[in-house]
Amino acid sequence: MSSHVHAAPIRMRFFTRGTWVLVALMAVGLVFAAVRFTKGIGAVTNLDNQWPWGIWIAIDIACGVALAAGGFTTAALAHVFHREKFEPIVRPALITAMLGYTVVVIGLLADLGRYYNVWHPMVPSMWSGHSVLFEVGICVMFYLTVLYIEFLPMVTERFRGRVALPGALRPLNGFVEGLLRLFDRTLGRIMSVFIIAGVVLSCMHQSSLGALMVIAPYKMHPLWWTQVLPLLFLLSAFCVGPCMVIFESMLASRAFGRRPEMEVLGPLSKILPVLLFFFISTKAMDLAVRGQLYRLADGSWQSGVFLVEMGVGFVLPFLMFFSSRVRRSPRLLFTAATLVIFGVVMNRIDVFLVAFRPVYATKHYFPHVGELAITTGLIAFLIFAYRFVVLNFPVMHVEAPASPPGKEAPHA
Amino acid sequence: MDRRDFLKTVGAVGVGIAAADASASTAVHAPPDAFGVLVDTTACIGCRKCEWACNQVNELPVQPLEEFENKDVFAAMRRPDAGNFTVVNQWAREGREGNVWAKVQCLHCNDPACASACLVSALEKQPNGAVKYDPWRCMGCRYCMVACPFQIPAYQYADALSPEVRKCTFCVERISGGERPGCVEICPVECLIYGKREELLTLAHERIGAYPGRYVDHVYGEHEVGGTSWLYIAGQPFTSLGFPELGEQSPARITENIQHGIFRRFIAPVALYATLAQVMWLGSRKDEVAAAAKGEDHHE
Repeated sequence: MSSHVHAAPIRMRFFTRGTWVLVALMAVGLVFAAVRFTKGIGAVTNLDNQWPWGIWIAIDIACGVALAAGGFTTAALAHVFHREKFEPIVRPALITAMLGYTVVVIGLLADLGRYYNVWHPMVPSMWSGHSVLFEVGICVMFYLTVLYIEFLPMVTERFRGRVALPGALRPLNGFVEGLLRLFDRTLGRIMSVFIIAGVVLSCMHQSSLGALMVIAPYKMHPLWWTQVLPLLFLLSAFCVGPCMVIFESMLASRAFGRRPEMEVLGPLSKILPVLLFFFISTKAMDLAVRGQLYRLADGSWQSGVFLVEMGVGFVLPFLMFFSSRVRRSPRLLFTAATLVIFGVVMNRIDVFLVAFRPVYATKHYFPHVGELAITTGLIAFLIFAYRFVVLNFPVMHVEAPASPPGKEAPHA
Repeated sequence: MDRRDFLKTVGAVGVGIAAADASASTAVHAPPDAFGVLVDTTACIGCRKCEWACNQVNELPVQPLEEFENKDVFAAMRRPDAGNFTVVNQWAREGREGNVWAKVQCLHCNDPACASACLVSALEKQPNGAVKYDPWRCMGCRYCMVACPFQIPAYQYADALSPEVRKCTFCVERISGGERPGCVEICPVECLIYGKREELLTLAHERIGAYPGRYVDHVYGEHEVGGTSWLYIAGQPFTSLGFPELGEQSPARITENIQHGIFRRFIAPVALYATLAQVMWLGSRKDEVAAAAKGEDHHE
């Protein structure tokens, strides 16, 4: 799209001590995954007939999708609403979304009892338009495709004119080179179609993800069960998108020895009070309209959890983002963004697990060590893959644009 | 790219999305000729023969019939599971000495939340009343288990290769062939009565009307979550027999109304797409004009 991104692969050693920690966590996750795929879901989870869904849904899927919202929110800001100053954060956010959704799908395969049937929603004879999960599944599938298409320009930039496949693949060099040139010529023209599609698909499935639990009104705590759950999920996705961008950008600056991009992140955080206001006020109005406000003071542990979620995760950062001191200070900005991420993660866990009350509950659900290990392994893989991509593809904004003299890439 | 190209591509995508509209039906699935079973809990003697017959018919792990005469199992409330599609629970009789029993199994809702939840139509309400499960379609997501207001579907968590969602089948093969379900067939005291749901409802109200001292005036399953194929009458409130208190609307109606409201003819997503496209195009126009006014040369 716009032509003033100067991004380049980060030059540094791939394997550091931190990377090896990730490898170790992935290995532990793989061991438990091996048990899951040979002995069944029951062998590595505390799921049963009362508690059919655990953290693989609440964290791997629900939080995974929510925290990947940086991708569509920044794409919308920079490309649809033409806030070009946010251009430097679009690519990192896109990569996070692309890898995040990839990990969501891998996590889903662990949770599906018949994972080999994962393609069934694409078969017309099995379509069920009345199922919320069908809508989520189809949108996620299309959106993942869109994300990989949006990633293609980074591939062409990196390899165009430099295709040198080794050994037996050498005869393919010409073909691959031609393909990249074709992408290069065409993608820029049609990319807007995919960018808008990505935003629309995201709005659709972010909200539908919230509609999932609406079907269990008799099994949900009334503080969380409401017909406006889809709207609340969409609004909180809008909130957490920019916060994830701030969070990641700060962490990446530290990991890759760069200066925090405050000149981009500061202005970005200006929209957060507005977004958080919409979420908090919708939530408060919903409680008031349903006559459930009194439950906040009923002293139950659920009301305590709810107050922490809303107070620490949304109201506190809402107030913080108002202050220009917070918006100018890397440390405070990072803190406020982290609080919103905490709030949204807690909200998803609350909706899918804390609020869930089996009709004939004989126990509480707490994740099995195997569930924790696989979830941790997936998160480690996400960070590992992110590091690999930013070290090998032009993702990160280059501070002093070292554009090659004379020849400037004509596309994006 | 110029405006016309842009709008053309945008339009093509919009039409494509609209054509993919697969969600047209809002019908409530309450088959007129559905069969059902009326459970008269005041007649049940807690013999558990229905459990044995169910295991036989459905080829579940089964012990000799004598094992089912063991009354110790009544010490704790049991739930159906992947190897037992029906269980009988014992409850204290209200107002008098002694016990009452209530058989538990899938109630085969008229408008089942499990089938509405399923994304691959692996659970479907049949015209004969049964909510039938097709393991070949199933992905094993267990959303049906989340959705069921009666906590009925069970899962084969120990099976790594082809786990199934398990629940009462309403002996769908038997009833399609004109036979009665296994549990009804064996019941020695006619506590279980099989027939057309409409006729069973009439019978239930006749019994309640004829013996008002014997029954509470409530046919469980007549209205609960949109009605169920299995119906219960009892001599005491159903909450004292382990039945959940439920409203008259099926949870499926709530989500499907939201879902069909948002996606009716795909108007909302297409409108959002068109709006964003317009915003995007206007913005790029403005940028170009501004750049031209500044006298800068701009590419593309």
